[in-house]
Amino acid sequence: MRRILAILMENEPGSLSRIVGLFSQRAFNIESLTVAPTDDNSLSRMTIATIGDDKVLEQIVKQVNKLIDVIKIIDITDRQHIERELLLVKVTAMTDKSRNEVKRITDIFRGNIIDIGKQVYTVQLTGNAEKLNAFITALQHETEIIESARSGCVGMARGDKALRI
Amino acid sequence: MTTELFTGAEMVVKSLSALKVKYIFGYPGGSVLDIYDAIFQQDEIEHILVRHEQAATHMADGYARATGEVGVVLATSGPGATNCVTGIATAYMDSIPMVVLAGQVATSLIGNDAFQETDIVGCTRPIIKHSFSCRSLADIPDAISKAFYIASTGRPGPVVIELPKDILIPQNKGPFSIETDIKIRSYNPNVNGHPKQIKKAVQAIARAKKLVIYSGGGIVLSDASELLTKLVETLKAPITNTLMGLGGISGTHEQFIGMLGMHGSLEANKSMANADVILALGARFDDRVTNNVEKFCPNATIIHVDIDPTSISKTINAHIPVVGLVEVVMQQLLDELSDINFSPDEVALTLWWQQINLWRNVKSMSYDQAENEKIKPQRVVEALYKITQGDAYVCSDVGQHQMFAAQHYPFAKPRRWINSGGAGTMGFGLPAAMGVKLAFPDKHVICITGDGSIQMNIQELSTCSQYKLPVVIVTLNNRSLGMVRQWQDMVYGGRHSSSYMESLPDFVKVAEAYGHVGIKIDHLDELEEKLTQAFNIKDRLVFVDVMVDEKEHVYPMQIRTGAIDEMWLKKGVKA
Ligand SMILES: Cc1ncc(C[n+]2csc(CCOP(=O)(O)OP(=O)(O)O)c2C)c(N)n1
Ligand SMILES: [Mg+2]
Repeated sequence: MRRILAILMENEPGSLSRIVGLFSQRAFNIESLTVAPTDDNSLSRMTIATIGDDKVLEQIVKQVNKLIDVIKIIDITDRQHIERELLLVKVTAMTDKSRNEVKRITDIFRGNIIDIGKQVYTVQLTGNAEKLNAFITALQHETEIIESARSGCVGMARGDKALRI
Repeated sequence: MTTELFTGAEMVVKSLSALKVKYIFGYPGGSVLDIYDAIFQQDEIEHILVRHEQAATHMADGYARATGEVGVVLATSGPGATNCVTGIATAYMDSIPMVVLAGQVATSLIGNDAFQETDIVGCTRPIIKHSFSCRSLADIPDAISKAFYIASTGRPGPVVIELPKDILIPQNKGPFSIETDIKIRSYNPNVNGHPKQIKKAVQAIARAKKLVIYSGGGIVLSDASELLTKLVETLKAPITNTLMGLGGISGTHEQFIGMLGMHGSLEANKSMANADVILALGARFDDRVTNNVEKFCPNATIIHVDIDPTSISKTINAHIPVVGLVEVVMQQLLDELSDINFSPDEVALTLWWQQINLWRNVKSMSYDQAENEKIKPQRVVEALYKITQGDAYVCSDVGQHQMFAAQHYPFAKPRRWINSGGAGTMGFGLPAAMGVKLAFPDKHVICITGDGSIQMNIQELSTCSQYKLPVVIVTLNNRSLGMVRQWQDMVYGGRHSSSYMESLPDFVKVAEAYGHVGIKIDHLDELEEKLTQAFNIKDRLVFVDVMVDEKEHVYPMQIRTGAIDEMWLKKGVKA
């Protein structure tokens, strides 16, 4: 089952490699991983999307927690949470028809065309993984995707719950 | 007023002094010459020069296992540091507190494939508890102080500190201060067991009719054997130890039913298999214990006490997990037992012990020693026990001899049995014994080894001459990689692929060449006499090369893929 883990850790050189190393060392799965410093620059926050059964998840959470740099890890999957990912996608937009279709689909998904070339559009979209997947499929029906880049998801619990020290 | 300024190298030594370090085990090289220069100019810390960095790590490890202190290693960058990898892995697997100071090329050169540059922090990342990459002078005292704290608290383990050359050199100086009262916001190991879990555990124990206590290395590491003995005597239940846990309770205690697992006693494995409640204390349900996890103790309620949450329910699901320091949790259990006025169910206990005694009577560790035949390896261990009256530090290598030692030397006290259990590192025994001897010069320190293992760090005989470390080396010489051959006999149709040690050296002469005493024992009737003679030589290292029966296998032995108690007692004889 797919799980979203939010991790708060020391913003120090080597912290990221410890997490990544742990996942490969113990044969845990990483679907996506994002990391950046938080408002408090001494801390980094990471979101990992992973797949595993309850037993594997329990081990992942415990093993990550055991890393000296890690302050907290929570599994936000089961609680009410917000999950967002950013997609940049460059598509062929040569004919009027394809230009219109790309514009239309982008509007439906509430994305933005953020750059145009001679024969290409670059579109930006945020949402959860499912929405991004659906958008890509819709685009593929109407035009050709030249390149795409996804950020991997970031997540946060809804309401008053917070991951902080 | 001007503050005194120090070089990074001086700071390394001053930090170690502040942390009361007595010995550093190491080997010099370009990147750490400044540290060596600083060591030369002080006399609080003694540096022990090994002959191979791997041995430095094992020596520090043996020292740590015997004393409970942090073992300290110093190695140069590149090959010096990579030579430490096996020793770091060995310490990691057995949760031994160790700090490894590794040199590194200058910060300006890092990443350039400079001479003797290896990313040692990267190399060791999966086998350390934590690591520090110092990048400035000011990082040094803090990293060392934190490393010691991390290595020795919670579940202990090795910590690596990388020290680039340019922060050690004399041109670069700074003020020195060290904080030894460490707090790390992201690291707060558990101490107390959760009171609710303690209550649950005691309820399960009180209901048990067939309780078994299964204790491991955690008891030894946390010096909790007195409390364990008290708990065991309160519960009146049988206790078994893991390979790492031997000595956690006296090997001659009447409630002790032997080691469990692959080469454990029949009574220990049978008791586990038939238990209704298992109280696991500082043990981790290693695969060398459980055998097939699918078939593991199906009827038992498992109470698992461990400092490391990741050890709980990793291989075997725990019904009642308790995370905490094992000595604290045992005291909590004792308090709760006394709160409920616990007294064991005598009827159930009598039946349980009757059953256990039937298994005991099988005498699964027995072996046949005919008078005029080759010496059985087990007999050598028994003789060592007799001569040292169970009070020696026994360091072992890896193989059949290790199992024979574990089976036939009942340890009276913790920290006396020093072996590489988790990693199974051949070459561990001699340097580990040297570390122990350094700490306890007046005690008997034996290295029980094999003709294969001893050759993996035999160069340390030279270090023994230099520092006058009169350990007693006893080789159970079966002219083969015995444990490998045993598996080949049992699993690979007797095809002895590369398991012979052809062209063995004359170990007596090897010992003598290094300035030690060598004794060869060929016949049973000279065994005790010559061994006694070896122990009577107090001021010199004695290398006793005992020719043992090369055909002997280690029994009993769990049957692969079977349950914990499915065992071969002898060739072709199942329990
Ligand atoms: C460094 C290392 N390499 C290989 C092994 C695999 N191994 C385990 S036991 C053994 C044989 C050991 O031979 P010896 O030291 O003579 O002991 P014996 O089994 O004969 O008593 C080997 C090769 C190991 N444990 N460690
Ligand atoms: Mg051998």
